[in-house]
Amino acid sequence: MIRFLSRRCSQAVIVLLLVSIIVFGLTRLLPGGPARAILGVHATPTNIAAFNRENGLDSPLPAQYWHWLSGVLTGNFGFSYVLNQPVSSLLAQRLPKTAFLAGVSVLLAVLIAVPLGLYQAVRRGRADDYAVTTVTFVLYSTPAFWVALLLIDVLAVRLHVFPAEAPQGSFSAIFSDPGALVLPVATITLVSIAAFSRYIRSSVLDELAQDYVRMARSKGARRRVILTRHVLRNALSPVVTLLGLSLPFILSGTLITEQVFNYPGVGLLAFNAAVAQDYPVLLGVVLVVGIGTVVGSLLADIGYALLDPRVHYAGDAGSAR
Amino acid sequence: MSLENVTAALSGEEHAGQAGAEAAGGRLWLRAFAGNRLAVAGLAVVILLTLFSFIGPLLYHTDQIHTRLSLETLAPGAGRPLGTDNVGYDQLGRLMVGGQTTLEVAFGAAAVAVVLGVLWGSAAGYLGGLVDGLMMRIVDALLAIPALLLLLFLATVFRPTVLILIIVVGLTAWLVPARLVRGEALSLRNREYVLAARTMGVRTPTIIFRHIVTNSIGTILVNATFQVADAILVVAALSFLGLGIAPPATNWGAMLSDGLNYTYSGYWWLTYPPGIAIVLTVVAFNLIGDGLRDAFGLDARRA
Repeated sequence: MIRFLSRRCSQAVIVLLLVSIIVFGLTRLLPGGPARAILGVHATPTNIAAFNRENGLDSPLPAQYWHWLSGVLTGNFGFSYVLNQPVSSLLAQRLPKTAFLAGVSVLLAVLIAVPLGLYQAVRRGRADDYAVTTVTFVLYSTPAFWVALLLIDVLAVRLHVFPAEAPQGSFSAIFSDPGALVLPVATITLVSIAAFSRYIRSSVLDELAQDYVRMARSKGARRRVILTRHVLRNALSPVVTLLGLSLPFILSGTLITEQVFNYPGVGLLAFNAAVAQDYPVLLGVVLVVGIGTVVGSLLADIGYALLDPRVHYAGDAGSAR
Repeated sequence: MSLENVTAALSGEEHAGQAGAEAAGGRLWLRAFAGNRLAVAGLAVVILLTLFSFIGPLLYHTDQIHTRLSLETLAPGAGRPLGTDNVGYDQLGRLMVGGQTTLEVAFGAAAVAVVLGVLWGSAAGYLGGLVDGLMMRIVDALLAIPALLLLLFLATVFRPTVLILIIVVGLTAWLVPARLVRGEALSLRNREYVLAARTMGVRTPTIIFRHIVTNSIGTILVNATFQVADAILVVAALSFLGLGIAPPATNWGAMLSDGLNYTYSGYWWLTYPPGIAIVLTVVAFNLIGDGLRDAFGLDARRA
């Protein structure tokens, strides 16, 4: 177990380093390099040359990377000249909001998708399984922004049940108007349910075919007990890993949702930064989200190992990621 | 990246390799696929939509270059079955032109993603050891960054054209096929025939292409199908964020997001035709993918 943990953690550290190298590399991809990223599109070549000299950008790349990395490690993500604020304080304002939006939605999605997938698997091949599968299949194939706008069209414009704009302002202000949170949360939840329930359905179907189910049935265990005590427990443990790995997917959905509902999270921040070519902010979001995903999937893997005693910790090719 | 792909990514590590193509054997998978009514229906939809987009304009002539504001947002009627859009293009003709770009980008991006992923994954899995470790950590790192954020960055740096979109979307999508094929390669590298080939002194690239890749073809084909579906949704999302292809070129995603500005005016013909076209195509590709996966005998959670 200790060996597994230390290997998994050291892998995560390597991945984090690579993420930082990728983000650093992206600043080099810009025409004009980081000077362009910081000074903006209107800087003259003279400005850029002067900036490069002042900030040591004429030194070798590894030295520059080290300089940049030590800045990031001390919380210095650069400065947004468009919003006139340090990137770190922008991230500090916005991150909790996105974490809240994504967290609530994913929690709801799991709470709905697990019973739904279980039900579908048990009713496999019947009309109601087909009905649910069809709905989730279509939902799964619909662009998230269209789902959001159909929700707005029906629930906000026609029926006036919920407002179309998310609550604005500080983190606590979000809670002042919970009704306004319904549609953004519903969008991410719906899109995620579609994907999760498909996974859980096939996961449960797999488990139902196992010997232990036949064993439990033949010793006379009640159906309910078999499903909840045996099948669900076994079918759910991969879901923890699934959650960790689906973080980037969920965040992509969150980005779209924030843009549709004008929800002031990091997704909207990144989008506005991209439009304004405010690269320090955009890359700051990329970096922080990347770190969050690596840490998230590390926690998921550890959680999976704790939940599932069958996991082999070391040696076998399967777990050597 | 969609969850279909995420669940697939799980597989790469959990169960190294199903090598299901072998289990199905020969052309059996084709027969199994043909027996799957949903998958065949999906294939039919894809063929029909492709014909609609590429052959349609030859039969139904419309001007898709010059805007005519005097004809904007006309309701469907005689001579214009789906009305006109917000700058006066005939909507049915636009749907064909947009379909061309949508399908070109989707197939192109899927091809880029699969080729890159297969090369990377088979090399990593076959070589193993430290090389494999490093190559897969790079995949992990790229996978940690939401594709849409990366695309947002790339699309602001490079002005999107069809070719740029193909490359950019493909470059963010190759990670999952890489993980899947690497898993296959890990299990295939110790098979007798691979060992035999190695003993006979066959060069590594030849082994990878002739033995590893060909025996992973089921996994590759299934993932390629899902990649097409994904690419359509990704391009739609990018168009919605305003980073699609510049007019007068268009795609279904751009048509849908343009039309959404007129939702409140009740111009349903601006959103529903492209929206339904997207959903129909993506559902069709997902059905084909599911059908292929069953035909190759791959695990539903892992391919």
